[in-house]
Amino acid sequence: MEKYTRVEGVAASFPRPNIDTDAIISVAWQRSLKSNPGEGLFAIWRYDLQGQEVPDFILNRAPFRKSKVIVAGANFGCGSSREFAVWALVRFGIRCVIAPTFGDIFYENSFKNGLLLVTLPQAEVDEIHHHLATTNDPTMSVDLESCTIELPNDRTIAFNIPTARRATLLEGLDEIGQTLRFVADIEDFQQKSRACQPWLYARPEPRHSP
Amino acid sequence: MANSETLFDKIWLSHVIREIEDGVFLLHVDRHMVHECTSAAAFEGLKRAGRKTRNPELTYAVVDHILSTAKGRTGETFAGGREFVQLLRENCQAHKIELIDVDDPRQGIVHVIAPELGIVLPGTTLVCGDSHTATCGGLGCWAWGIGTSEVEHVLATQTIVQRRPKRMRINFEGKLNRGVYAKDLILRLIGQIGVAAGRGYAVEYAGSVIRSLSIEERQTICNMSIEFGARAGLIAADDVTFEYLHDLPYSPKGEMWEQSLAYWRSLPTDPEAVFDREVDVDCTSIGPQVTWGTTPEDVGSVSDPIPDPAAVNDLARRAAMDRSLTYLGLEAGQSLEGLTVDVAFIGSCTNSRLSDIEAAAEVVRGRKVASHVRALVVPGSAQVKHAAESLGLDKVFLEAGFEWREAGCSMCVAINDDFVGPGKRCISTSNRNFEGRQGQKSRTHLASPASVAAAAIAGAVTDVRRYLT
Repeated sequence: MEKYTRVEGVAASFPRPNIDTDAIISVAWQRSLKSNPGEGLFAIWRYDLQGQEVPDFILNRAPFRKSKVIVAGANFGCGSSREFAVWALVRFGIRCVIAPTFGDIFYENSFKNGLLLVTLPQAEVDEIHHHLATTNDPTMSVDLESCTIELPNDRTIAFNIPTARRATLLEGLDEIGQTLRFVADIEDFQQKSRACQPWLYARPEPRHSP
Repeated sequence: MANSETLFDKIWLSHVIREIEDGVFLLHVDRHMVHECTSAAAFEGLKRAGRKTRNPELTYAVVDHILSTAKGRTGETFAGGREFVQLLRENCQAHKIELIDVDDPRQGIVHVIAPELGIVLPGTTLVCGDSHTATCGGLGCWAWGIGTSEVEHVLATQTIVQRRPKRMRINFEGKLNRGVYAKDLILRLIGQIGVAAGRGYAVEYAGSVIRSLSIEERQTICNMSIEFGARAGLIAADDVTFEYLHDLPYSPKGEMWEQSLAYWRSLPTDPEAVFDREVDVDCTSIGPQVTWGTTPEDVGSVSDPIPDPAAVNDLARRAAMDRSLTYLGLEAGQSLEGLTVDVAFIGSCTNSRLSDIEAAAEVVRGRKVASHVRALVVPGSAQVKHAAESLGLDKVFLEAGFEWREAGCSMCVAINDDFVGPGKRCISTSNRNFEGRQGQKSRTHLASPASVAAAAIAGAVTDVRRYLT
C-alpha cells in the first residue's frame, strides 16, 4: 500500500445520513472482476435507467467530477460488507471521507485500502457542508501528519484518528505482514486450543471437488 | 471480578492471542466461511504475495450469491456468475479448502448451511465476507461479517485484528400476538432504536421471548443485527441449541460431545454481569411489521398510517423520510394495507429456513396467488428444499401459483439473475429495503414470510392475521 500523507482537492457534499454500500456501488457493478468500480460509484444516482449520466448529480458536474474528498452524513457506508464500495471510491479518485460516523465494516475496509476516514462531531461536519453549499471554491486539504483539515476560508479543523490507524496509513503497512510477526503466538494459541477444545479441530475428512 | 462476565466477554477472552497495541487485539478465528463473491480478490491477494491458507481445515467454502436459482441450474447457467464460480473452484483446490459446490446436497446460503451442518458451535468465533454472518449468533457463537481484505487476512493467518466492542443486551419480554414472528420482533426493535444504534456494540438478545424461540427463529433475529449497525448479535446456547446441534454432520461426536457440552454450559452471561447499554422491547404490543421506507428503521405495524416527516424535529431524519417516501411512491398518513405489490419474495438468509417456509405455506394452502403478482419461494439450502418437499410444501406453493426455486441468495442481493424490475414493488422476507437493492429502481417492503405469503394471495400488502385460522 502507498504511503499516505496529504490530500488537496475538490470536496463533494453528501449530507444525507445512512448512505449504504449498496448505494456507493450497486451489485450490478460487481458481476465482473474486470469492471472498473470507479465508473460504478453511486451508479444508482449517477446514471439513469438507460445508463446516461444524470446531469444534476453532483459527481457529474464540474468541478466535482474531480472530487478527492467526500463530506458525508452520519453512518456513511452502513450495510453490506462489500469492499467494492471502497474500491469504487478509491478508483474514482476519492482519498478521504469526512463524516460524523461510519458503518463498521466499511471503516475497516477503508483503512486497508488507503482511504482515510475522518470522524468529526456532527456540528463540525454540518459546518463543512454549509461551507461547501455556499462557497465558490469547494476545495480543502486534509493532512494526516498534522491531523488537520484546512478550508479555503482559513478555517482549520483538527481531527483525531487512532494511533495505529494513522501509523498504518503513513507508513503504507501491509497488515498481513504485520500479523505474521506474531506467528509464534498464533501457533502457541492453537496448540492450547487443540488441547482444551479438541472438538473444534476434529471434523470429517474434507471432501474436495475434482 | 468472578461471575460477572457476559457471554460475549467469555468468548472474547478465550480468543485473544495477544494485544498488539493501543487497545488493538489479535484474535483467533475458529471458523471461516467463504463464498464466491467476496473471496476472489482475497485469493488473488494471497497469490500475489505468495501466501497460503494457514488452516484450510477451519475454512469452508460455498457457492450461493451469484448463482442462478432456476431449475436445472449449474455453475454455468447464468453467464454473469461463471467467472466467480470457476475462480472459487480453482482457489479451493489450490488452497485445499472444502468446497460445497453447486450440485452438492449441502449447498445453500452460507449463513443457512453453516448452522444446519453443525459448522457453527457455541462459544466459537466465526467470520465470513458477508455482513449477515451475524445470523450464526443464534447458536451462541460470535459471528460477524468482514471485508475482502480481512478475508485475505484470515486466510493467511487464521486470526483477525479487533478492538473490543461495547456490550449491549436487548431484552424481549411479554407475549407474542398471533401473526407475529421473529422477523416482526427484529423489525420492531430496529424501528424503536434506529439503524445506527448498534454501532460499536456486540449485542446479546435475551428475555423470555428469545428463550421461547426455535434456533431457526433465533437466527432470524441475529441475522438483522447489522441492520442497526451491530456487526454481531448473540443468543446464549441452551438445551434448545444443544438438541439442535446433536448429531449434525460437523458437530462433536461421542466423548467430545460430552466435553463440548460441559464447556458450552459455562458460557451464558453471569447474573451479575453489567452491559454498556440495555434495551427492553415489549413484545405484547407488536403487530405484523412492514417497512414503508428505504432503511429498516422505516417500519411500523401493517395497520398503522405512514408517519409524517413534517412531525419530525431532526432535519436530517426528516429529509431522509421524505426521500424514502418519494422513492417508494408513498405519502405520509397513507395506510400500507391495500398497497398493490408486483412481486412477493420468500427467501434470503433472514427467512429461508424450514420454519419460514412452513409459516408461509400455512397461509398459502388452498389459496391462489393474485394474477398480477410474481411470487417465488427460494429455500435457503438444498436441505431445506428437500425437507419442505418431503412435507409436500412445494406442491402447496406450486398449486397456488408460486415459483419453487433452487437454493441461493436470489432476489435479496439481486447479483444473480433474480431481480425486481424498475419501479416494481416487492414485498420481501429479505433484510434490506435500500434503494436499488433488489434491482435498479426496485421498491422493497420487508415483512415476515407469513405476511409476504398473505400479500401474494391478496395482491397487496395485507394483515396476515386475516389469513390465519
